[in-house]
Amino acid sequence: MSITYLEAIREAQAKALADDSRVFIYGQDVGPFGGAFKATKNLAKEFPERVWDSPISEDAMVGMAVGAAIDGMRPIIEMQFADFSTVGFNQIVNQAGAFYWRTGVRCPITIRLPSGGTPGSGPFHSQCMEGVYAYYPGLVVVTPATVEDAYSMLVESVALDDPVIFCEHKYLYYHLKADALPSEALPIGKARLTRAGRDMTIVSYGAMVHEAIATAETLQGEGWEIEVVDLRSVKPLDTDAVMASVARTGKLLCAGEAWPWGGVTAEVITRVATEGFALLDAPPVRLNAKDTPVPYHPKLWSVHRPTSETMAAAARNLLRS
Amino acid sequence: MVETAESRTAEMQGRSWKDRVLQAFRSMMMARTFEEKLTSLYRGGKIQGGVYLGRGQEALSAALAHSLRDGDVFAPLIRDTGGRIGFGEDVKDALRTYLGSPLGPMRARDGNVHRGNPKRGYLPMMSHLGSMIPVVNGVLVARRMRGINGTVGATTIGDGGTSTGAFHEGLNQAAVEKLPLVLVVVNNQYAYSTPTSRQFACADLVDKAVGYGVDGRSLDGTNLEKCLEVLGDATERAREGHGPQLVVASLLRLCGHGEHDDAHYVDPQLKASPLGRDCLEVAESALLEKGWSDAVSLERWREEMREHVESAIATVQREPSPDPYREDWTALASRHLCEPYSESEG
Ligand SMILES: Cc1ncc(C[n+]2csc(CCOP(=O)(O)OP(=O)(O)O)c2C)c(N)n1
Ligand SMILES: [Mg+2]
Repeated sequence: MSITYLEAIREAQAKALADDSRVFIYGQDVGPFGGAFKATKNLAKEFPERVWDSPISEDAMVGMAVGAAIDGMRPIIEMQFADFSTVGFNQIVNQAGAFYWRTGVRCPITIRLPSGGTPGSGPFHSQCMEGVYAYYPGLVVVTPATVEDAYSMLVESVALDDPVIFCEHKYLYYHLKADALPSEALPIGKARLTRAGRDMTIVSYGAMVHEAIATAETLQGEGWEIEVVDLRSVKPLDTDAVMASVARTGKLLCAGEAWPWGGVTAEVITRVATEGFALLDAPPVRLNAKDTPVPYHPKLWSVHRPTSETMAAAARNLLRS
Repeated sequence: MVETAESRTAEMQGRSWKDRVLQAFRSMMMARTFEEKLTSLYRGGKIQGGVYLGRGQEALSAALAHSLRDGDVFAPLIRDTGGRIGFGEDVKDALRTYLGSPLGPMRARDGNVHRGNPKRGYLPMMSHLGSMIPVVNGVLVARRMRGINGTVGATTIGDGGTSTGAFHEGLNQAAVEKLPLVLVVVNNQYAYSTPTSRQFACADLVDKAVGYGVDGRSLDGTNLEKCLEVLGDATERAREGHGPQLVVASLLRLCGHGEHDDAHYVDPQLKASPLGRDCLEVAESALLEKGWSDAVSLERWREEMREHVESAIATVQREPSPDPYREDWTALASRHLCEPYSESEG
């Protein structure tokens, strides 16, 4: 048997619906059609009362989820693309994110954001929003990079008593496969040491983890041992795991697919620079997308975000410094 | 003095029309009395932040709350003091939120009109206008999914609030889901300083009901009995499964946008028109005319209510203020997922 990242997301939702009658799924085309990406395929057939289509109203989708959550339900909201969550932004950050702190009443919602670039997707179907949501208090923000994490972190997200922004990467939907669904999992909040090394640490998350692995493989051929840390969740951010890795290697490259101003990579570097400066043998390096909207043409797109080539180039510079 | 949710239901089921009118009237009077005290506290510099009053809107707001039953959901906005009291809010909790007492429902974390008790179906508004509509929808969806029938959700929105995307998305969502939502549009002729001519171009806001496919009604918001009648009908129609009810009430805001605002921009012609009547005075005259109350009783109630509010102020002012060094600076229920700096640096 083999299962894709996208199928794992469907399976996690099927499990959540089967295990807990408080769970429901609401979003555009998620009903009989099974979702724009088929992440809810057949779920409306299995759970007709608990999987249904919303109007194109991201603000009301999230607002409705908040109302249902504070009344005891555990909604999963599918945004058709992460980019459209901006229309529901107010309800996500101001209503869902603030509710528990203001009232003491729990607001368990999972908002799935099909995130990140794929060739030909262009400015409005490619965005990485994790840094924006991580900025706000009261939200948990996760960025699974593997099939196993897509499954286990989604199951865990639905079970958490807080709003979770689940950034699932579209680039990984089809071509990332695993043999089976995991039976045990690292909890949300723990980073994974994807690959051990001693010369340098690459910290990344989401689809960039796979560019980091490819970089490490390339550089292995040149005699370097690169450590790869997959953050898994960006909020909370597993600072201890990052610091432990930098303590072993003395060099840090942090790569993200998001835009360069602020965000996750800046946060990682800030933490290492402020709490682990003495661990560094060289100034840390950040790698992000270019500071323009995400381009449409695959040729433009291929250099807009970091790739294993640009990552390897940045890593060589850092290794030599 | 302050009605509880249980007594409200008993009243709806058993009591006469006269008793219902009197009960709603008492919520109005309490709201006015309370707000007058708030103004004094504000002028005396006792309140941090703004004070937004519902003067002139008490009849409408109280009538809405008194049309609801046990288990119903109410999401009031800034001018709904009458409704909050009618829905059973203790004025002490209202004061605690204004004065920032950690013993209040918002524990000094949120203030003034941003208060509620979600476990009782009393939803705490956030500022962004229109944003409570889909939240009420969500509670109604949750009830329906759990097989709880007959819950009504009520919320209000101003003439200005109808221009938001949230209003549109929320009402359309309720209509598509055929939810028992009573949405009261309070056309008080201004949104802060902006007149309705700069807010919408339709002849009457109630025309929007057709577009959304929901029942629409218009209402003179200065007349308590009319408010009780129309809102009573609307809530029962929603309860019976006829979907969202849009009620557009007309009146005039008889105060500034907030207590900092002298409302110099309000058109004197509007003030002199029937819209500018004070609903409390209108209701008092009606009670006297019908012989349902008399001047002595009205004065006695007013006095009792003043004393009630005074004693609540005395109680709340003696309560401690929040201790920033003991505050729990964590925004997540999942404590194990709080970033470590949440605790160390605050
Ligand atoms: C989305 C949003 N924009 C701006 C504001 C600031 N604001 C608060 S009340 C108000 C006027 C509201 O007018 P209206 O809806 O007519 O209600 P009223 O104050 O007349 O009761 C404004 C602009 C807000 N609360 N929410
Ligand atoms: Mg207004």
